[in-house]
Amino acid sequence: MPVIKSIKKIFQKYHGFNFNAGLIITGVIFIIALVGCFYTPYEPTAMNVSIRNTAPSLAHIFGCDDSGRDVFSRVMEGIRNTFFISTMTVLIGSGFGIILGAAAGYYGGKFDEILMRINDALFAFPSVLLALVIVSLLGPGFFNVTVALGIAFIPSFARIVRSGFKSQVNMDYVQSARLMGAGDLRIIFVHILPNILPVLMSSVMIGFNNAVLAEAGLSYLGIGVQPPRASLGLMLKDGQALLATAPWNALFPGLVIVLMVLGFALLSEGISEAA
Amino acid sequence: MKKGRLILTVLLMTMAAALSGCTGGKTADTPDTRITIGIPQDLDDGLDPHKVSAAGTKEILFNIYEGLVKYDETGALIPAVASDYKVSEDGLTYTFTLRDGVKFHDGSYVTADDVVYSIERCSKAEGGQDPLVPPFTNISEINKVDDKTVEIKLVAPDPDFLAYMTVAIIQASNDDPETKVIGTGPYKFISHTPMESVELEAFGDYWGEKAHIGKVTLKIVSDPAAIVMDLKGGSIDMFCRLTDSQVSELKGSNFNIEVGTMNLAQALYLNNSVEPFNDVRVRQAICYAIDPQEIMDYVSGGEGTEIGSAAFPSFSKYYDPALNDNYNRDVEKAKALLKEAGYENGFSFSITVPSAYTPHVKTAEVIAEELKDVGITADLKLVEWDSWLSDTYTNHNYEATVIGIDLNPVTARNLLQRYTSDGHGNFMEFSSEKYDEVFAQAVASTDDAEQTALYKECLQILSEEAASAYIQDLPSFVALNNKISGYKFYPIYAQDFASLYYIDEANN
Repeated sequence: MPVIKSIKKIFQKYHGFNFNAGLIITGVIFIIALVGCFYTPYEPTAMNVSIRNTAPSLAHIFGCDDSGRDVFSRVMEGIRNTFFISTMTVLIGSGFGIILGAAAGYYGGKFDEILMRINDALFAFPSVLLALVIVSLLGPGFFNVTVALGIAFIPSFARIVRSGFKSQVNMDYVQSARLMGAGDLRIIFVHILPNILPVLMSSVMIGFNNAVLAEAGLSYLGIGVQPPRASLGLMLKDGQALLATAPWNALFPGLVIVLMVLGFALLSEGISEAA
Repeated sequence: MKKGRLILTVLLMTMAAALSGCTGGKTADTPDTRITIGIPQDLDDGLDPHKVSAAGTKEILFNIYEGLVKYDETGALIPAVASDYKVSEDGLTYTFTLRDGVKFHDGSYVTADDVVYSIERCSKAEGGQDPLVPPFTNISEINKVDDKTVEIKLVAPDPDFLAYMTVAIIQASNDDPETKVIGTGPYKFISHTPMESVELEAFGDYWGEKAHIGKVTLKIVSDPAAIVMDLKGGSIDMFCRLTDSQVSELKGSNFNIEVGTMNLAQALYLNNSVEPFNDVRVRQAICYAIDPQEIMDYVSGGEGTEIGSAAFPSFSKYYDPALNDNYNRDVEKAKALLKEAGYENGFSFSITVPSAYTPHVKTAEVIAEELKDVGITADLKLVEWDSWLSDTYTNHNYEATVIGIDLNPVTARNLLQRYTSDGHGNFMEFSSEKYDEVFAQAVASTDDAEQTALYKECLQILSEEAASAYIQDLPSFVALNNKISGYKFYPIYAQDFASLYYIDEANN
């Protein structure tokens, strides 16, 4: 598989500080998300009236929220939800983006023109705004937010992939592959795609970054993950009202969002340095 | 350069201090004083005083419109636009004498024609529908005796009739009350900017004690997380119906907290026409699964009063604490009922809640947790107020919702009418032949003791058939800037802005 080979190449090629730091941060968060699927110290929605808004302690290391729920368990569930939504978002966004961008860049001509003008029109809206419109059409909720963000992320990926293809399509190796009788699909996915992968990977990481922020933003606005399920954005919003008496409600979800964004940003930086 | 900037800063700060000194308000009844009050929802159901249904809108119109009589803070009916009234011995004829010199906000005097028009508008039954005020079907004729006297004749005596005379008096010439907001109350309507604010101004020609604060701005704060920050930041001076954690967040700031009751029946209202809530056993199971006291502990630090049916405590004639014990929390019983109904493995449904009402949202969260114990999964669906009004309240497009129902005018008929099969505002689609029958008997009854007993039976039926899962009358925590005083609690869902005043002003 040429795609996997070139990902390997990136890992082998670069061990700079940015890349490593990013890998460690996202790795740790990813492991927490993974563990959160099977185990949390407490049930994330279990309430306990006697420990409402209690400060961090050994039993509850991130403290308890306004309903006596364990903030650490909720942060774990929040990371899991955020990770899931942003992964799906990037998958949908980059999947369709690659197909559309590759087709436009490879074939060119009128097809390219039409596709990219539609793309530009969508691109004119900030992706979060576009997601807001889609969510208001579909209604709020976990699944709908995933779909909305996925659609909203397609244009940026399509544009990057297209420009990558444009620069590669007239190169000698493409011409010779064509002379050897390779089909369009084979040339697109086996020959050209691996060559634009470093650029693509870097933008996938930035995409993760934006997806995490967008999900947190939508949940913060109350149209993402619905309570009582936990989401980092939702916790931030609820915690915000209690900043003076129980700051841990907002502090920890906020910190985790910062770390997640930082991790992906460092990774993206590291990859583009390697390329 | 740096020095110049310093001088400029000092200058600006002095100016700011001087200016803020000016607005501090040592002003007796001058129009300059202003208060900004936060409200959680926009006036999405319009401004027509005869047509609004949202308690949040009615409590604002309370300051703009008045009826022939109105409620005071003890819940008694006092003369307003009328100065006096007489009831004939057979209880069939009410004669109202209009107060001299009552003016509408546009400066014209209230005439008997306006009164007749207003009452007729609410008693007209158009297209087979109930009139705007359903009990007005009892009116046989409305006569203007002279310019100052109006006589209303009834078909049958009704001891509660006077309460309906709180209906707003509007001008006979007002062809569009939705946009021409002209009443006789202590505040006049200036403007409404949707999703932003409502402006009111003290009415200088008010017949009674005039409002103390010149201008009232009602700022719509639909994001609950912003309430405390807006209060602390000084952009709003008052907010009603906070949760206990919001109150503790305000400790040490310049706000006084007043505690009263909200005067509404908060419940998990169930749509009786959708599966599985069309089965009375499922509804009862939900009642058994919910513990009102636990909800109070989470939402309001244990304060609040449990209710077992549609009546809340300040409606003392009908509130019966005995009904509270019909469904004490019993997980086993709830499970048994669910099994009987064929939902042995539980089911899932969604609770629609208006997102701006923090106490209701928190209540729904606790309910979802409590229902887990009996195997029912409840998802929350937070919606904007206008979509709650249209989808849930008007179109009944929901499964369950947490909301509070207020009562004004305070009569049993007004409270219980909505539960009749074709009752106006029966958004829970409750339908019971027995209930309809008892309600009709109660309405027809002319003996007060008998009527009271029948209405109480209605409340009993609502509880037995578990029309909805009744929870509590919530405590109302009101945060008020400590420069302002005079907040009055009413036994109805109302806000009286006219009684508020700046403390400096009272000392003068």
